[in-house]
Order: sequence, then C-alpha cells, then structure tokens
Amino acid sequence: MDVKLKIKQFLARYFKDYNLQDDEDIFSLGFVNSLFAMQLVMFVEQTFQIAIADEDLNIDNFRTINALSSLIQRKLVVTG
Amino acid sequence: MLAEQQVVQAKAEKQSIKCVVWDLDNTLWEGILLEDDAVTLRAGVREILQELDRRGILNAIASRNDADLALSKLEEFGLKEYFLYPEINWNAKSASVAAISQSLNIGLDTFAFIDDQPFEREEVAFVHPQVLCIDAADLGQLLDLPRMRPRFITAESQLRRQMYQSDIVRARAEAEFTGSNEEFLSKLNMVFTIKLAEESDLKRAEELTIRTHQLNTTGYTYSYDELDRFRHSDDHWLLVASLDDKFGTYGTIGLALVEKGRAAWTVKLLLMSCRVMSRGVGTIMIGYIMSKAKQANVPLRAHFIPNGRNRMMYVTYKFGGFKEVEKNGDLAILENDLSQIQAFPDYVQVHIVER
Repeated sequence: MDVKLKIKQFLARYFKDYNLQDDEDIFSLGFVNSLFAMQLVMFVEQTFQIAIADEDLNIDNFRTINALSSLIQRKLVVTG
Repeated sequence: MLAEQQVVQAKAEKQSIKCVVWDLDNTLWEGILLEDDAVTLRAGVREILQELDRRGILNAIASRNDADLALSKLEEFGLKEYFLYPEINWNAKSASVAAISQSLNIGLDTFAFIDDQPFEREEVAFVHPQVLCIDAADLGQLLDLPRMRPRFITAESQLRRQMYQSDIVRARAEAEFTGSNEEFLSKLNMVFTIKLAEESDLKRAEELTIRTHQLNTTGYTYSYDELDRFRHSDDHWLLVASLDDKFGTYGTIGLALVEKGRAAWTVKLLLMSCRVMSRGVGTIMIGYIMSKAKQANVPLRAHFIPNGRNRMMYVTYKFGGFKEVEKNGDLAILENDLSQIQAFPDYVQVHIVER
C-alpha cells in the first residue's frame, strides 16, 4: 500500500473530521502532546519495519504527511 | 545515602503489598451469608481496613457469594466504599484475583489474599505463586507484617483509593464518549498546577523518583535530605506538578529538578506519573521551564539517560526543540535555543504558583 495512504489512515484516528493536507503542519493544529508524538514514532517504526535513530527523531521529520513520507522512503531505501 | 542502599530499598519497595484481596464468609465476617443473613463483622476488621487504606494499600474482594446480597451487607456495615473491583461470583478465586490485578493494573507480586479456607488459599497460591496468601485466623498480625508497611506514607497514600475510584468513573466516561480524544480532554476541566516544592511535598517527590521509570528522563534518585537541600539552594529549582479534573485529583504527578548554572540551566530530572500519560499534559512542565529560561536569557540544557522504557521522554525533548549537543556514555546532553516555545494546550488550565 501507498506510504502516504497508510500515514493518512493512522492520522485520521486523531483528526476525525478534519481533511489534513499533505503539507499541513500537524503540530500547529494542537496535537503536540507527548503520547501522540510517541504513538506517531511507533506507528512509523512498526508499520514500515524501520528503526528511527535518535538523530532522525527531529520534529521536522514528522511535521507533515510529506515529511513523514520522505523520512520513511529514505529509511526504506537504507534497510531495503 | 549510598546508591547501593537505594537499590536495596527500591527492591523492598517493589515487594510491599499494594492490594489486599478479601474473602467474605468467615473471613471478613463471622458466618455464611447465604445461610444466615445476620452475620457479624469479625473483630478488628474495620480497624484493619481503615489502617490499610490510610497506608495507601488498596482492598478488594474475591468471594463466592450472591453479589447483590453481599454488597448490600457491606453497605450495611459501612464498608462498601473501601473495596475496589469486588469480585463476587462463583468463579475460582485465582481467576478473581487475576481480574482484580488486571483492573487495577497492579502486578500480582504485590497482592495479598486472605481466606479462612485452606483449599482457597492453596488454589490461589498454586495458580499465582507470587501472591501472598494469609489465613484469616492470622488477621491479628496482618498490620505488623513488614510487607504491609510501605516505605512511603504520604498525603497521596491516603487518597490512593479515592484516586482509583475517580479513575473508574473517568474510564467509564471516556468509554462512553464518542468524540475525538482532544474533545474528551477538553470536557475534563483539567487544572495543572506547577509550584516550587515545599517540605510537605518531599516524601512524595522521593517516592516519584523511585517509582517512576517510563516517563522519567534520567532515573536520578535523590534522598529526602538531598531534595530538601535543593529546595533551599539558590542554584536549583525543585518543581512539583499536580493535576485535578472534574472527577477528582490525580495528586502530585510530576517532578522536575533544574540546576541554574550561570552559563546555562540544566534539567537534571523530569518525570511524570504514568497515571496521566493519556492526559496530554506531558509538555506543560518543560514548556514552563523553557519560558523561565528564556526570561532569564540563558540556554536550557537537559540530561537524558535511556533505560529501555523511557523513550517517550526523549521524543518529548526532541519534539520540543531540544538538540543533542554532547554524549558521555549513556548520558545525552540536549540543548534548546528557546527560539520556539509551545503554548500550553487549550484543554487544560495551567496554574502557576510562584513565590
């Protein structure tokens, strides 16, 4: 399945009736709490079977659907 | 205090009993309820329940009985409120004890089970060897058992049962709520209070440093006396946080130690109780410290030591704009240039008590 589609499905659980755009800042919408951040990191690691190293744990890598997607593609290339 | 002593004490703390599960017939009361409604309370039981409750040890029930009848009898004795998750049914007692452990989210190795019947005690002990099984005939010595004497008895301990009772109501409200998580949070009327630790906060602060692992940035533990010194030191800030909502109080659930150096401030320890993990309040304390550092015009540093379970705190720092600047073995030192400070979330009212 498409990486972006999987991300959107995950985020839809948090943004129920909101149509989140690919370049929209997730965290500016108020979803900055630690639990959500951790769940987002775990989602990325478990769904795509990649490890996010400390240096990649940077908010800019997680800020938008586009950023998440390119982080995941980059990691998939390295491990794949 | 030596580090080794701390470890030994932390282990002893782990094994102290957190929940006592009671049988009813011929244990809590004399007689068998289904045979004779006029049962009498066993001598000393009321005092034992009240004292356990004061020590912060929870009480529950595992009884083969008619639930309605037994609960109304407990109500008649004025004792119903002392018991969380009463398991009154015809199941094996080992199953009831396991259900209580699951409902409370407390490990069975901190459970005690009291019953007058050797068969019941053996059945529980066979299935759950980690449960301390006690003969009802020995109730007289119960309060003197070392494992019934928690190391910390704080204001928090006396509220523990009520906090669990509010959690039950809260969980029900959350399960019934159909909106988003954030909408639910906004309906809780949460108030998050940050203040400098007072002397009366120190026991709880010490307890938090020992009991909290998951939401703990470094795992540094400090004795009561060390904490008291920080409280009086001009170069330190010892902050405590508490949380309340419309269902009741969560008590003191957060602690931070900030070392205020001339060149930079350093957050040596930041921790939050797991009980508030799903409440979206994890960034408030660090946000407050960041805004104070910015006012003082000093960079803010933070220590982080991984323990295998506390990655969420690393994510909190990193997503809060901290960058790793130094690494000494396991210890990571992060720094925040304070160019961006998150506002507090809308769903919680932040109350700051400054002296």
